[in-house]
Amino acid sequence: MFKKILIANRGEIAVRVIRACREMGIATVAVYSDVDRAALHVRKSDEAYAIGPAAAAESYLRMDKILEIAKRSGAEAIHPGYGFLSENAKFAQACADAGVKFIGPTPHSMKMMGSKTRARQEMEKAGVPFVPGTSRGLASPKEGEEVAERIGYPVMLKAAAGGGGKGMRLVHTRQELHASFASAQSEAQRSFGDGEVYIEKAIVNPRHIEMQVLADEHGNTVWLGERECSIQRRHQKVLEEAPSPMVDPGMRRRMGEVAVKVAQAASYTNAGTVEFLVDRQKNFYFLEMNTRLQVEHPVTELTTGLDLVHLQIRIASGEKLPFAQSGVKIRGHAMECRIYAEDPDNNYFPSPGKITVLLQPSGPGIRRDSGMYEGWNVPMEYDPLLAKLIGYGSDRQQAIMRLQRALYEYFVAGIKTNISLFQRILRDADFQAGKLDTGYLDRLLAKGNQAVTSSARQREIEAMETIAAIAAGMFAVLDPASLVSKNGDTGGPAAVPSNWKQEGRSEALRRPYGL
Amino acid sequence: MVYEVIVGDKAGAKPHRLELEKAADGWECRLDGRAVHIDAVLAHRDVLSLLVDGHAYEIKREQTATDLHMWVGSSRFAVELRDPRSLRSRQKAAGDETGPRKILAPMPGRIVRLLVAENCEVETGQGIVVVEAMKMQNEIKSPKKGVVKKMLATPGAAVNPGDVLAIVE
Repeated sequence: MFKKILIANRGEIAVRVIRACREMGIATVAVYSDVDRAALHVRKSDEAYAIGPAAAAESYLRMDKILEIAKRSGAEAIHPGYGFLSENAKFAQACADAGVKFIGPTPHSMKMMGSKTRARQEMEKAGVPFVPGTSRGLASPKEGEEVAERIGYPVMLKAAAGGGGKGMRLVHTRQELHASFASAQSEAQRSFGDGEVYIEKAIVNPRHIEMQVLADEHGNTVWLGERECSIQRRHQKVLEEAPSPMVDPGMRRRMGEVAVKVAQAASYTNAGTVEFLVDRQKNFYFLEMNTRLQVEHPVTELTTGLDLVHLQIRIASGEKLPFAQSGVKIRGHAMECRIYAEDPDNNYFPSPGKITVLLQPSGPGIRRDSGMYEGWNVPMEYDPLLAKLIGYGSDRQQAIMRLQRALYEYFVAGIKTNISLFQRILRDADFQAGKLDTGYLDRLLAKGNQAVTSSARQREIEAMETIAAIAAGMFAVLDPASLVSKNGDTGGPAAVPSNWKQEGRSEALRRPYGL
Repeated sequence: MVYEVIVGDKAGAKPHRLELEKAADGWECRLDGRAVHIDAVLAHRDVLSLLVDGHAYEIKREQTATDLHMWVGSSRFAVELRDPRSLRSRQKAAGDETGPRKILAPMPGRIVRLLVAENCEVETGQGIVVVEAMKMQNEIKSPKKGVVKKMLATPGAAVNPGDVLAIVE
């Protein structure tokens, strides 16, 4: 087993990995950028080293600096977390060359899954179902037309090197195909330096369901159940759950077996996730494989009782999987809310800044994976994910109720968060009925805030508005110094009150909110 | 103390009149003339324990440079609180449509570009500047129709919440 591991990441995932290492008696090395000196992962690690300016390209993405620190600190392995360098085959190769173990798959597997057309070719060979279309780049728009006739409109044109919606075009008719092909190709060329574009059938409002796999370096591969990830906004997942409300045991086993086949076709090792699109008839199609630990891995941990980070480290150190497929049991229901620093009143735009108050939920069935603390300044340079709130129950309904209770206890002040969004989702009838697809969240948000369903609910809201009005006044009376003025400065208490301060404070008393 | 309070997104709604007076055992509260006896304890900054007729409420206050919200249970309400004696309040109550309006940065970020120049005429909701934070760009919009009297934002500059970006009159 390793004695020391470097974590090449920040935020909640770095804290998550540090916790696993501490549990296993492994020393940890954190790295941090200039704006992350006070970040939680630096506080929780055994050693920490600065790696450069705030911009990720100059710090968390600098392979050379990270490897140099691994060497200097004597770390034997690197956990990349998710994002940053986690799916970078060059980094995995550089680690191997430097004699440091990369906790993840081999560069070979990562490269195979990195190109979408190459992955499709391999999956075709292995007999894995994928969305009908081509697994090679289109030679001409004419070829695209022929394939589209065969598989039927609407179709999707996609860049082979693509990601993040770049080089992607939805095509409804034959007339649109020529122009869309040309623009997808030029966008792919500009974005990725590779104009290869392929075609597949467009599945309208699919479900997005993924399967967790785990493979050791001795040829053993198992699946650990699916996660439902259909609740998304701007291609970003917001809430995930395991198991999926639409997957029955038979479908789960079939998906699991296909996922294992995918992993084996790529000679995959360590933790990975096979993503599927699922249509209304419950047909599932291979979409891509994520060659890293996922943000939403805790829901699988809670429903299987396994610790995926412990297992990742054990596998990387050469151990065999300690159980076989028959030993994997799925029990209960888990759901994860991604708490983002986002402003619900401003189209969910990121909202970094200082956390002035933080009240965190706990109690039965609640897990929190967090990278924030009261007094911390959330930097504006990185992803807005602050924490993950995960609820577990013996069934889906109990998991929902526990999360609602925990969200009621959760409070973050100073910055805006999307906590109120989860209250809306969790009390929505379609969500409670499990009627989900990737268009769900946009439809919910289009419905408008606080759709009032009954006159009883209307009275309840009016009663709460009365309480809100009284409370606003009581805050002002009891704590006048905490009022935020129009110019953003808070009137905190001064050590030595001067006459000017006193004057300012009495003005602050009369200063209104919200100006 | 006497306040004017607007709850919810009711633009132009008539404010409630809230009177709060210290009593021997709590507070005498009159909301639009209706009397309620309340007990209030500030449990933590921005966290208030409120007892009204035996009902217990934990109220959380979300306050930023640009707005104010109250959490009552699992519901969140936008609130505007004014002190009618304050000059600013009176100006705001009367002068929203006519007087100059400052456009404030709602969050820390970096100015990416300006969408209008000084002395430009702008419509309500028209983009004024683009601010970037956490790899996303956000258009800050004009709250009213008018003329950009002053442009204080400069491209590339870092801004803090509450910083004045421009003034529209």
